[in-house]
Amino acid sequence: MNIIVCIKQVPDTNEVRIDPVKGTLIREGVPSIINPDDKNALEEALRIKDKYEDVKVTVLSMGPYQAEDALVEAIAMGADEGILLSDRAFAGSDTWATSTALAAGIRYIGDYDLIFCGRQAIDGDTAQVGPQIAEHLGIPQITYVKELELLDGKVRAKRVLEDGYYVIEAEMPVLITAIKELNEPRYPSIKGIYEGYKGDRIKILSAKDVEADEDNIGLDGSPTQVNKSFTPPTKGGNLEMLEGDPKEQARELIVRLKEEKII
Amino acid sequence: MDFKLSKEQEMIRTVMREFAENEVKPIAAEIDETGRFPRETVEKMARYHMMGIPFPVEYGGAGGDDIAYAIAVEELSKVCATTGVILSAHTSLACWPIYEYGTEEQKQKYLIPLAKGEKLGAFGLTEPNAGTDAAGQQTVAVLDGDNYILNGTKLFITNGGEADIYIIFAMTDKAKGSRGISAFIVEKDYPGFSIGKIEDKMGIRGSSTAELIFRDCVVPKENLLGKEGEGFKIAMKTLDGGRIGIAAQALGIAEGALEESIKYIKERQQFGRPLSKFQGLQWMVADMATAIEAAKLLVYRAAYNKSNGLPYNKEAAMAKLYAANVAMDVTTKAVQLHGGYGYTKDYPVERMMRDAKITEIYEGTSQVQQMVIAANLLR
Repeated sequence: MNIIVCIKQVPDTNEVRIDPVKGTLIREGVPSIINPDDKNALEEALRIKDKYEDVKVTVLSMGPYQAEDALVEAIAMGADEGILLSDRAFAGSDTWATSTALAAGIRYIGDYDLIFCGRQAIDGDTAQVGPQIAEHLGIPQITYVKELELLDGKVRAKRVLEDGYYVIEAEMPVLITAIKELNEPRYPSIKGIYEGYKGDRIKILSAKDVEADEDNIGLDGSPTQVNKSFTPPTKGGNLEMLEGDPKEQARELIVRLKEEKII
Repeated sequence: MDFKLSKEQEMIRTVMREFAENEVKPIAAEIDETGRFPRETVEKMARYHMMGIPFPVEYGGAGGDDIAYAIAVEELSKVCATTGVILSAHTSLACWPIYEYGTEEQKQKYLIPLAKGEKLGAFGLTEPNAGTDAAGQQTVAVLDGDNYILNGTKLFITNGGEADIYIIFAMTDKAKGSRGISAFIVEKDYPGFSIGKIEDKMGIRGSSTAELIFRDCVVPKENLLGKEGEGFKIAMKTLDGGRIGIAAQALGIAEGALEESIKYIKERQQFGRPLSKFQGLQWMVADMATAIEAAKLLVYRAAYNKSNGLPYNKEAAMAKLYAANVAMDVTTKAVQLHGGYGYTKDYPVERMMRDAKITEIYEGTSQVQQMVIAANLLR
């Protein structure tokens, strides 16, 4: 079985600050990490690899050369191979252009039964790339997966809703997007870190190598135009903290809400 | 001169820090309180190839170097010095002498499971009457056919009672003094080997420190490590490397205490402002950080020398002497910065202060380090 996991290297937003003038992330000096949901995606693939024989896990990413560190980390966690799509032609890609590039990377890899993505990246929060890849490839997708089971030739997944979940079955190949409830990712192994940095299990490919559609990648291939980034001004209003133990606070809250005719 | 860690070492630091924060820190206070050996942590470390970092992959190791190993001990010790010493004693004192002096058969049989973390190792040199004077060994080993018969007692053995494989030193020829000492690989189940008293310690309370008793203990002849009479040399060389591990542990303890102190003095308000706004305390923190940085350079330098085949006897002694001193000093100041709260178990700095003290004592007291350094200078 061949599994492809798409990962993104992102700035650790726990340590990130926003430029108050430009409204953009200050990336300088901020450590880069594998996007957390993508780690859950990878972990799920690795669990399948632990459980079944002849499972190959390939990790795919698009980004600058330094994103190789993310692939090394994935290999140190147990992935077999890594592919980094790195090319100036990819620079400035929005989600459409990114999914176009990643889909080209997946076609280049060829055989696949399962594709895992994280639900969304912490630096963009769009949750679009995974579903778009499935559309590009013309395969089914199950998003927001918190539990996954492999059946004969198909998968059964629990897809999370706000107040419940669907149980969905789909034929393979299928694309899954993972949420953090899916599993607890393992750590990279120390031995794996050395193996990963040997470099022989990571390929760096250009747009031409994977025959990505030039009109649909990079800044020019991106339909999204960012005109301005800014922090919305906080709305004014009265904030009042209720006092007392939780029961008293709840009682007081209900009284207030009734006064305001909200309930 | 290049002060940059390699990419591998950087990633190992990140992983070790995450591991320490999530897996080790949450139980640090509990194992200190109860004196429970954190077996589950050892199993987790084994899973991630942390138990044999500086050894080649073909011998079960991670294929790393001594700086990476020092970083691992440092990061663990930032949150739990007990875990730091378990790893240090296992790696430096048990795995390393087998790697360095063992036969191919001994490496296959013992180093591989040790470096993989399937087995835990310990090192038995100290005796009730042979501490700093390690040459005054009273444990004896007598060759009897295909076996050596060991008799004697070892004291203060780290990982004792928890370990599976022990490097044990004994006199094979009393007349030759230190040149009559030999080293043996002893399995915990060998007949005649038992565990005596488990020490109730001031610090590193989750680590096991035990008495080992040998009563006509039967050790197969092929478990002699090195040659007869090489034991003292093996012990001294092993301790040179061990000191890098303990220096890294001391460094980690100091760094952990500084982190806790910075966090605390930014939060704690007195006279209407955080303690961190008082210049007197700012100066304390500046001195603590500077001493830590100096200790760090000494530790990494000693580890660098060891990994690169350069002499490290003096460097390791300096690193341990200084880092242990810094650990004691910084943790004492950390308690001071926490005031009354620092003296309670509500904050981890009192534990760190108790843990720090041992780094001035074991694997050669600070005075022994001074002897080693002076011997290098005055020969």
